[in-house]
Amino acid sequence: MTTISQNAPTSSGMRWLRALADRLAGRSLAETGRQMLLPAIGIVLFLGFWHLAAPQVQTSLGAFPGPAEVWDQSGQLWQEHSAQRERADKFLAMQLERNQRILAENPDADVKIRDYTGAPTFFDQILTSLITVLAGFALATVIAVPLGIIVGLNRHFSAAVNPLIQVFKPVSPLAWLPLVTMVVSATYVSDDPMFEKSFLTSMITVTLCSLWPTLINTSVGVSAVNPDLLNVSKVLRLSFWTHVRKVVLPSSVPMIFTGLRVSLGIAWMVLIAAEMLAQSPGLGKFVWDEFQNGSSESLSRIMVAVLAIGFIGFLLDRVMLVIQKKVAWNE
Amino acid sequence: MESTKKLRTLAAALLLATGLGTAQAEIGPAEKPDLKLGFIKLTDMAPLAVAWEKGFFLDEGLFVELIAQANWKVLLDGVVTGTLDGAHMLAGQPLGATIGYGTQADIITAFSMDLNGNGITVSNDVWEQMSPQIPSNTQGNPVHPISASTLKPLIESYRNRGERFRMGMVFPVSTHNYELRYWLAAGGLNPGLYAPQRGDTSGTIDADVHLSVTPPPQMPATMEAGTIQGYCVGEPWNQQAVFKGIGVPVITDYEIWPNNPEKVFGVTEAWAEKNPNTHLRLLRALIRAAHWLDENNNANRPEAVEILARSSYVGADEEVIANSMTGTFEYEKGDVRKVPDFNVFFRYYATYPYPSDAIWYLSQMRRWGQIPEPKSDDWYMETAAKVYRADIYKQAAKSLIEDGSLSAGDFPDLDAENFARPHQGELIDGVAFTPREPNAYINSFEIGLNGAETP
Repeated sequence: MTTISQNAPTSSGMRWLRALADRLAGRSLAETGRQMLLPAIGIVLFLGFWHLAAPQVQTSLGAFPGPAEVWDQSGQLWQEHSAQRERADKFLAMQLERNQRILAENPDADVKIRDYTGAPTFFDQILTSLITVLAGFALATVIAVPLGIIVGLNRHFSAAVNPLIQVFKPVSPLAWLPLVTMVVSATYVSDDPMFEKSFLTSMITVTLCSLWPTLINTSVGVSAVNPDLLNVSKVLRLSFWTHVRKVVLPSSVPMIFTGLRVSLGIAWMVLIAAEMLAQSPGLGKFVWDEFQNGSSESLSRIMVAVLAIGFIGFLLDRVMLVIQKKVAWNE
Repeated sequence: MESTKKLRTLAAALLLATGLGTAQAEIGPAEKPDLKLGFIKLTDMAPLAVAWEKGFFLDEGLFVELIAQANWKVLLDGVVTGTLDGAHMLAGQPLGATIGYGTQADIITAFSMDLNGNGITVSNDVWEQMSPQIPSNTQGNPVHPISASTLKPLIESYRNRGERFRMGMVFPVSTHNYELRYWLAAGGLNPGLYAPQRGDTSGTIDADVHLSVTPPPQMPATMEAGTIQGYCVGEPWNQQAVFKGIGVPVITDYEIWPNNPEKVFGVTEAWAEKNPNTHLRLLRALIRAAHWLDENNNANRPEAVEILARSSYVGADEEVIANSMTGTFEYEKGDVRKVPDFNVFFRYYATYPYPSDAIWYLSQMRRWGQIPEPKSDDWYMETAAKVYRADIYKQAAKSLIEDGSLSAGDFPDLDAENFARPHQGELIDGVAFTPREPNAYINSFEIGLNGAETP
């Protein structure tokens, strides 16, 4: 069975990883050495430039932080995290003890274990952001892939939906956010809510902004299925579902994944902006709070967050790539 | 070491919480023990941070999460929509919301968070041009309080160049807006009128000085960028300007009106009705925290500074926060003066929600056109009584006296009427504040709306 395949663009970062893999596989040492060397030189040059340039930039909060300050600050953030975790553990232990005592007095008492109410640390915020982005991205995928398939299969449907896609695609998360916030507040009313409102707001904003690349790529992939295959499907009188499953999906999987990777990148970028504006928990709030603190350490701490955001974005992309390789059996 | 100490406090607080219950027999268990409270990164959020760190919330069986907010608008929306249970608020916010200026919502307050605590800062450039007009004292430092009239030549030169002289305040119904306007008007400068009935909410009609909204923590950066030439804001953002060498505080609000009311703790009326016990327990914790902040002649302030400097609270450097929190204030670099009452949290009955506070804010809303049509004196009284809920405060205060946490001497006579805030000095322009005759008070100003005038 032949299918049209679309090669995912290869980035230099990927080549670097591949070089690492090749080396493990025992490829030519000189070859891989060269491939490892250039990125390493790039990083060292960047650090050097950063180190030299940073002190030249004087802000009202002191000089711009160089790599050393940022490194120190990341250690500091880790220490704060450990200290906070210790307090949280004690808090939990005390609650358990207290509940036990209450239960001993009154076995029917309604006891509850509460989460620690102390301020979230940098690492708590990373976790919150990751969960939110994955939830938003999953929701976007669930909407965009089926919709994209329908758009790709049906010319009329496509014509009807296309203007909407074109209009909503470029809308910034900052424009969606006020609407989403108000709608969530008005419609999600519950005394014992399953999710935080702020989580839903961030998640829906991420979904609204990140579903378009997947939707568009899926529809393009689906509509570009080889006509020969379509004819074969017609001749065999495949049912609609079988047609989609056996013919359409396998051909369009590479395109769908290209879309998913772009979507995930956008989702991550959008999330940070949404968190900053809406003050929902996450890395975005961390950055905004630090900016507001205006302490002498604030800039270094924001820089740590910037690097973390970049690194996590990079990792998310790698993970998608690995999944794509596993799924795209035709490549 | 530090964290073990904190843990011990936490442990003690929890043990207390379990053993308690008998002491406050008259207040039932909290209807909603898990609370989210909002605050803005300012030193006057201290009662919230202290109530958390000292375990006062836990004593009341409350599990409170304190969440910093981006600006006053976001904070108000959070309380209105229920994302937040309550928040550190500008005194004008519950009043503005109740009368429908901006967001319409029934918000009440039963706790005044502090007195004083703001300052007006101008950029170095403006200061250079202002200072020749200011007389010096024997040490060669400028004589305080500095009148806004010293800005006049400068504003004249801006006008001749066809430019606007701009200053920042933090929110249209903020204390800062009214204090800045008060200071400017006392110096003969018109800060401009609002005309909400025509949709003009910029507040710059006929303005000599154009005021605009900037969130507190962004003030220094906005002034540094040249968008505004000065601002009125709470601490630590005036001292920050001194530390960073970008501006000079010219006057504190203590000099504009000694012991003026500042922030309040606000919740929606509906929330308070639904959770009366929770509300009382919150108030108990906050009153104790305010007491802790001022007790033994501010002995706990250094510890409070250390708490506030944590990045999850105010987060500015300790030395910056300490400057104002420990009774001094640095004007020009090196010109450090004693302002022992710069931040008052408990003494002078600071926490009591006096209706006269509300009347003053409403009078300024009317003066500057935010209330575009004249209102009767009764209307002012009724609005004040609806928003400033001394009745709820009294219940909380009495229960604290009963269980021995605080003594009756810490509070005003709770069964008296308690209308006007005591211990207040005269305002900078010498106009007497007559809270029982708000219309007569409004009419006694030269700048601003009088009588039946409409902007």
